[in-house]
Amino acid sequence: MVKIQVDRTQCQNFGSCVIEAPNVFSLNANDEMEYTPEADDSELDNVEAAVDVCPMQAIALVLRS
Amino acid sequence: MSLPVVIVGASLGGLRSAEALRRSGYAGPITVFGDEPHAPYNRPPLSKDALAGPVSHAAVAFPQRAATADVLWRLGIRIESADLEGRRVRTADGEDVAYRALVVATGLRPKRLSPRTVGLSGAFALRTLDDAGALSDALVPGARVVIAGSGFIGCEVAASARQIGCQVTVVGSAQLPMLGPLGAALAEGVMRRHETRGVSFRMGTHVADVLGEHSVEGVRLADGSELPCEVLVEAIGSVHNTEWLRGNDVDAELGLRTDSAMRVLRADGSPWADVFAVGDVARFPNAIYGDTPASIEHWNIPTETAKRASRVLAMQLADDPGLPAVVAERFAPVPSFWSDQYDIHLLAFGLPAVADRAELLAGRPEEDCVYGYYVGDHMVGVCGIGMRSEVMKYRDEVSRYGQVPIGESA
Repeated sequence: MVKIQVDRTQCQNFGSCVIEAPNVFSLNANDEMEYTPEADDSELDNVEAAVDVCPMQAIALVLRS
Repeated sequence: MSLPVVIVGASLGGLRSAEALRRSGYAGPITVFGDEPHAPYNRPPLSKDALAGPVSHAAVAFPQRAATADVLWRLGIRIESADLEGRRVRTADGEDVAYRALVVATGLRPKRLSPRTVGLSGAFALRTLDDAGALSDALVPGARVVIAGSGFIGCEVAASARQIGCQVTVVGSAQLPMLGPLGAALAEGVMRRHETRGVSFRMGTHVADVLGEHSVEGVRLADGSELPCEVLVEAIGSVHNTEWLRGNDVDAELGLRTDSAMRVLRADGSPWADVFAVGDVARFPNAIYGDTPASIEHWNIPTETAKRASRVLAMQLADDPGLPAVVAERFAPVPSFWSDQYDIHLLAFGLPAVADRAELLAGRPEEDCVYGYYVGDHMVGVCGIGMRSEVMKYRDEVSRYGQVPIGESA
């Protein structure tokens, strides 16, 4: 299981994460980022890429077995 | 003990290179040299929030990952020269460091108006955390600030300084600020919003002379007029940090030329097998733009190029038979940029700067809006103020292979 945390005080809804991990992150109708705080292990690479590309560096990845 | 992979440059490109080497299976030693005293940190906030008050390194530092805990960070050490044939680099103190492979991630430094302004009290350039700290101290309410350069950095600093309460004049050689990347319609709209907030523009001219012997007292423009000021910000572009590679068989004109695997090329076009370049310093072929080599100074490029370089390098170090196939893969990172000025949030994909026309796709020019940028019928870029979902809809369209060859200085 991949556990994800987003610092909402930092996030500015760029949506870069949506491109890298569309199963985990999305932009809603108001252009606000939404995400699932837990994802399958198969999403690990995508979520890591999302962490890397976030311009605000607002995403953190917490791994759980 | 085997020789290390040496990474020169400890900013985003250097960090991502080290991380991606580990992710790609390389478990051997990695040494990273950085001339700044700081561990890798994020630069975009430096022209924005960081100018409003003192910013700590911790507030902008990139998180360090467990996988790179054993990387040797040699910070505050400048690499002065390299011997690519002999596989070693030399520090400013004269220490020779032998490497198994070299990753060049030395990036850019700000161009200065003249050698005289370097160190002149009141004159600032902005690239590093320490630069931002020094400029932040000078941006006090009421201060008269001239910004030489009307690109993104210049305009972001203008917005930050204005919000602090400075008197701000932007001097730009083009007819409109950010004209290249935004096109005339959007650039004009953004300039109006700056003017509404009290920023003055002197466009179509440039700073010809800096007044003041011991500290900045003003500037003289090319048209002969003078602007008194206490603070001068030089945001007139950048220079690639490649001088330390002089004397080696490389092509360092307008950035260090590489192949699409990010391997540094010799003058005859053949790659060095064990020398890579990533980030702003690299001039690489991008399959989206017909493989014309160009250096692309956008924030996402260090990450993309570092991942590409490290994957190739790790396979090569492991004698992986799959290497030729990976080297032959198309490399087509989509440039993206953003900019925050007041409540104006710009987001773009592609290279609007190479377009010959722009078209309004959504919204209204004076409010939130999205523009598409075209060469002929090909969409080469999309940029919006707000409306992010709308901007993103066009990302695939501007990412198609082989769209349009671009000039070498995009």
